[in-house]
Amino acid sequence: MTSVFNIIFYILVFLSLYVQVFLFITFLEDRKKILVRKGSINLKEYPAVTVIVPCWNEEKTIYKTVNSILHLNYPQDKVRIFLVDDGSTDGTFSVMKKFENYKNVKIFQKENGGKYTALNLGLSYADTPFVGCLDADSAADPEALVRIMSYFEKDPTVMAVAPSIIVQKSENIIQSAQEVEYHMSIFIKKMLGLLGAIHVTPGPLSMFRKKVFDDLGVYRHAHNTEDMEMAFRMQKNHYKIEHCNDAYIYTNTPRTIPKLFRQRLRWIYGFINNTIDYKSLLFKKKYGNFSLFTIPAALVSILSVGYLFGKVIYNVGHFIYSKVLEFQAVGFTTKIPLNKFDLFFINTHSPIFIILVVYILVVASIVLGQNMVKGKWRISLDVISFFIIFGLVGPLWLLKAVYHTLVSRMPSWR
Amino acid sequence: MQTDWKRYLIVFFITLGLFLTASYMSNYFSTKKVDQLKLIQDQIAIDILSSETQFSLLSELSCKNISDSVLSAELSELGQKLEWGEKNLGMTEEVSYLKKYYSLLEIKDYLLIKRISSRCGTKSAFVLYFYTTAENCSDCQREGYILTSLREKYPELRVYSFDYSIDISPVRAMLDIYKIKDTELPALVIDDNVLSGFHALDELQTHLEESFKLQETPPEKEIKSSGTI
Repeated sequence: MTSVFNIIFYILVFLSLYVQVFLFITFLEDRKKILVRKGSINLKEYPAVTVIVPCWNEEKTIYKTVNSILHLNYPQDKVRIFLVDDGSTDGTFSVMKKFENYKNVKIFQKENGGKYTALNLGLSYADTPFVGCLDADSAADPEALVRIMSYFEKDPTVMAVAPSIIVQKSENIIQSAQEVEYHMSIFIKKMLGLLGAIHVTPGPLSMFRKKVFDDLGVYRHAHNTEDMEMAFRMQKNHYKIEHCNDAYIYTNTPRTIPKLFRQRLRWIYGFINNTIDYKSLLFKKKYGNFSLFTIPAALVSILSVGYLFGKVIYNVGHFIYSKVLEFQAVGFTTKIPLNKFDLFFINTHSPIFIILVVYILVVASIVLGQNMVKGKWRISLDVISFFIIFGLVGPLWLLKAVYHTLVSRMPSWR
Repeated sequence: MQTDWKRYLIVFFITLGLFLTASYMSNYFSTKKVDQLKLIQDQIAIDILSSETQFSLLSELSCKNISDSVLSAELSELGQKLEWGEKNLGMTEEVSYLKKYYSLLEIKDYLLIKRISSRCGTKSAFVLYFYTTAENCSDCQREGYILTSLREKYPELRVYSFDYSIDISPVRAMLDIYKIKDTELPALVIDDNVLSGFHALDELQTHLEESFKLQETPPEKEIKSSGTI
């Protein structure tokens, strides 16, 4: 039995390493394609765009969000802003009303029906060739839209462009850990973009050609992850999604572990269930790297983290058991064994070296992601809080998402 | 949608290369560790031989010149490392061989120290401890903690641990002499008294204190009482 567990462990370690190496080989091969532009750029043409801002109880952040769209470095007569109040019970609608005198702002109010319904309401009124969404907890950098639009201009086959999402403000250790994770995600997203294998077009200012919705239909409930389902649907229909790494969107992140837990539970649950819904896409050559790399890699991470967590729990259980036996035998002892340090007792199993390499590659991806955003190579000490928080709590939301899937119970949005 | 199979293959070979390098490094360090164990054992073997020779040379002259604590510390270190090696390096042929060798060294040390102790009247207590790794023996684990705690309390106490399932004739001979059965493990031998099953700390402490008294008896009498080994 032990050997079966060992074989599974070795396979998962191998696959985890494979995923990391794959991302780095992609980086080494395609690094020259990564653009990090400073300052403003000009487009040959500025096509009209609609930005839909779905809101539900966002009175604290909505003003800043709308303001950021109004200050985009893009001709304002080409930007239409649809503010959709999805049945908020706070002062969101009255904050929205402050923008009613802007010519390019249109305000909608509807009964609460979920984010996708708010987006679809906006889509039903959109008549521009490009449509996007900006979550009401995020704010766009002035250069974000023009840089995103440059991808559409350069390549007519690009159907959607996702931006780089960065943490607006890190006020505590939990937000600092997320900032590090967002940097890592930027690197991964860019690599997936280069591979044509992006699996999510996130709420904070992903832009689409309107044709996408005309051809493939509007947003769906999709287990509360409509932005992920849309990307899955696009991949299924061979619609190209790019990542514009130098289009920055600042987002508010959860300040507490329970809030972070709920957010990630929803994301992972969404990923697992969208993958189940689109299982026919798995391991099919015709769906390219999305089918052969992105989804399998994410599944490998879920399995590896789950397995490692189980292993850690087993070891901790074993340790507690031996401590109980010790207590039964000799009673409570506060004595700390003062064994001299001996290199002999360092674990030198091969998975230890592999896991070390994986961790080094993860740190390297954080640094590279940070470099794409801030242009800095310096590594922040927040990496430690990232490993601690995501290492300790991450497996829990992951296992809970698996549990929710098994009992068919969808986690709440907030 | 294009799939770059070459990339998948290159990554596979790089990953395989890293994996094999890690295995090589792991084997390299394991070999180094086994070598280290061998070195300690060789050192102990030399020490035992030296002590035996020293004892033979000096036994008729003076007990003062006999070095007392040459072995126990090294044996204990070797024991710890072997136990760790068994769990982490696996019960390979080499580790199994080293464990047998270790058991032999323990017996030799036991006999020598017992002879020195009876000849010179030094204050020591000996415990032979038989345990099993063949099955999950929580009593053995608890007894182990008790013996560790007693060794901390009485630095002179010498504990010689033997795995019941180890296949070497001197250990089998000891099992026969003391009539120890695998169903009664853990088993302890304190001054020729066999204690089968789990024994609590207080109980063992009493036995050991009696044993200390026994060791304090005149050497001539002690030689007779321990002559069974």
